[in-house]
Amino acid sequence: MFKLIPRENVSPVLSLLGPLFSVGFTMLIGGVLFYFLGVDPFAAIKMIFWDPLMSETFSTYSIPQIFIKGAPLILIALGLSVGFKANVWNIGAEGQYIMGAIFGASFALSLYPLESIFIFPTMVLMGILGGSLWSMIPALLKVKLNVNEILVSLMLVYVAEQILALASLGFLRNPDGAGFPGSRNLSQYSSASNSELIVGTGIHLGVLLSLLMVVFFYVLLFRHSLGFKIKLLGNSPKASGFSGDNPNKLIFLCLTLSGSLAGLAGIMEVAGPAGQINIDFNVGYGFTAIIVAFLGRLNPIGIFFAGIVMALTYVGGELTQFMLNLPAAAIQVFQGMLLFFLLSFDLFVHYKIKLKGNK
Amino acid sequence: MNNKIENTLFQCRAINKEFGNVKANDDISINVSKSQIHALLGENGAGKSTLVKIIYGLLQPDSGSMTFSNKDFTPKSPKDARALGVGMVFQHFSLFEPLTAFENILLGLDKELGENELRDSVITLSESYGLEVNLSSFIGDLSAGERQRVEIIRALIQKPKLLIMDEPTSVLTPFECESLFKTLKKLASEGTSILYISHKLKEIADLCDTASVLRKGAVVGEYDPKKMTARELGEIMVGQSLFEPKPPVATNKGDRVLSVKINEVKPDTQFGVTLKNIDLEVYQSEILGIGGVAGNGQEELMQILTGEKKAQRVSIKYMNNNVEMLNPRERREIGLAFAPEERLGHAAVGNLNLLENSLITDPKKRFQKKMGFINFSELNEFTNQIIEKFNVKTTSASALASSLSGGNLQKFVVGREIAQKPSLFIVNQPTWGVDALSAANIRQAIVEIANTGAAIILISQDLDEILEISNKVAFLTNGNLSTPTNTADIKTDEIGAIMGGISA
Repeated sequence: MFKLIPRENVSPVLSLLGPLFSVGFTMLIGGVLFYFLGVDPFAAIKMIFWDPLMSETFSTYSIPQIFIKGAPLILIALGLSVGFKANVWNIGAEGQYIMGAIFGASFALSLYPLESIFIFPTMVLMGILGGSLWSMIPALLKVKLNVNEILVSLMLVYVAEQILALASLGFLRNPDGAGFPGSRNLSQYSSASNSELIVGTGIHLGVLLSLLMVVFFYVLLFRHSLGFKIKLLGNSPKASGFSGDNPNKLIFLCLTLSGSLAGLAGIMEVAGPAGQINIDFNVGYGFTAIIVAFLGRLNPIGIFFAGIVMALTYVGGELTQFMLNLPAAAIQVFQGMLLFFLLSFDLFVHYKIKLKGNK
Repeated sequence: MNNKIENTLFQCRAINKEFGNVKANDDISINVSKSQIHALLGENGAGKSTLVKIIYGLLQPDSGSMTFSNKDFTPKSPKDARALGVGMVFQHFSLFEPLTAFENILLGLDKELGENELRDSVITLSESYGLEVNLSSFIGDLSAGERQRVEIIRALIQKPKLLIMDEPTSVLTPFECESLFKTLKKLASEGTSILYISHKLKEIADLCDTASVLRKGAVVGEYDPKKMTARELGEIMVGQSLFEPKPPVATNKGDRVLSVKINEVKPDTQFGVTLKNIDLEVYQSEILGIGGVAGNGQEELMQILTGEKKAQRVSIKYMNNNVEMLNPRERREIGLAFAPEERLGHAAVGNLNLLENSLITDPKKRFQKKMGFINFSELNEFTNQIIEKFNVKTTSASALASSLSGGNLQKFVVGREIAQKPSLFIVNQPTWGVDALSAANIRQAIVEIANTGAAIILISQDLDEILEISNKVAFLTNGNLSTPTNTADIKTDEIGAIMGGISA
């Protein structure tokens, strides 16, 4: 049969080709899927990857949308990537994103209708706090009791979803909302609104922050000693201890940092594009960001581009939904395939295959 | 001439073996006579293991021929080789720990043999060759020496004409070595030939009749080890002249640098060793050697000294300040430096390049600018200095640590620590798996910093190394440290008794 042999040197070209090939394969196999769903695969692929950027009808709306959808993905993925580098696996960014939104929104709505310039910045800080507190649960359990952070962070997503439902139906429900679920709309509360930076585009502060964070994380990871400590821990906990670092502190930091960014993404979303806390507030950015982090090779610049590509599939996916009646789940499968193929190609990036003949 | 051919048991002619574009064996020809103890001498990577694997049928040569008892010999597998009369004892034991010694011997047989019949012949064997083993003990409970005896019995039970021993003494105490040598000499006197692989020159002079020296895959020549000094043989093996470092000469006794008192420290895992009653001191310009067979507490002691493990009932005084609560970084900041045994994954990280590996120990914060940003120009300069000064063979400072050979990485690690100009340097197995020339360089570098006033604790399983450069010696046995004595006052036979103390 055949045998996998680790490559001695992983070529940078190959490791860059991995993500590109996985996008290509996702298009190919996704096209087959679309065909069996009764949709013209070429039209669907074109509508996902091409039309949002190039079509005259859609692009004026779609291009800003790509950045709006990309912003939370990039923010969350940046935070996750730092942990992943340290071998700390926060899978629950979705929950931290929800909790950030609930924390921030609860703070702002508790002051309604008071107007003050301090409300918005404090609300953002509360959002960050909410996300980081939620991530501190797995962090503390991991550090103090060595409980697996993957399981705890993931399970807490479902707890967060229940709290979201409770908030939407209970303590945050709009008193003037005629009994419908969901909070007051923050965009109509000017002190708390994450308003547009460029009129008519929907581009908000979160988009700007996501770009700034790319730079910030690049500097952190490649120019700062903390980034080195994180990398050292991920590569060898023993060497990290020998260096004199406290692995527990670093693990705690990585988890809370990723929670904070997820919380930031959550508060930006709820005060901006989403507008209100509601049962269906979360749309899976926290999970998709895991794909973005790996697609971007855990590199901040890579994550920026991966976030944009992933946002494209969201925006293009929406187009296919109302133009071609493709089900929303098909787009999720499409996104999942991206990670699947990336991981598969990574095998060939890191290993070569040797055929063993019968002889 | 005729006599010689008749006397030849095994011979190989022009054996070639390539791995990729590395010539592991280059035109190798050797003769092993009957009843001969024939040493195969060479550094790591000289091609010794490849050659014996070919003889034992584990590898097939690319070209060349072999004869055994004057017949063509082309073993396709170890089973073939064993059937024709070749036995082998590996450096790393291939025993099943949850089974008893007897069950392990039974499992190693190619032919079916009745259990009672086997037990009888095993007992006869072990009695006549001094291979004492409790057959019903589980392998997991046996010492390294006992395990090796099980391996030897397992090989001898097949009545081999040629027995291959691959670095057999690397895991033994001096006392166990001596009893092994007796066994081997008796075997040889009764007609068995032995192919003995080692890079320890002294034991080869004691034991072997002939030594074939291998260098870079080729045979350099055949020598009589009894007529040569260890140094001459070593120089042939390395291919250039060697210098022998001497212990530091302290003109007058300096100040005490470190004193360590350990009452008792329990291990973190059930396989660890409990450290007990350890009391040691080191002075300026002094090298304290800590010897002992692997697994007697070296790793545990090192962790206490670096600060990676903190424990109660431990007192460490560095220049009269208590430092036992400090972490490794804090200890480095006040002048200590460490080089642990494991190069990859502890002292250095394979996936990181040499620049990043320089960052692992940075007590003077010379690579840090304000706010913790990395000073890359300083880092580059420092790393390149180490590479140059310690003759580290690498493509560049940005090469991955894993791309360096073991010896070169060790030079880098030791160089990195010495470059911090420590007042106290604690090093575990500085030359393990390092070629002879690099080893001499590393020892020389350690002696040099001792001569400029540093105190050194040298933990090593290489007794020759310890005796060569230490002023004082102590031995670890089962987590106990013997009282340090002046190296000049200690006799080799005493060492065996101290080291063997409880474990032999």
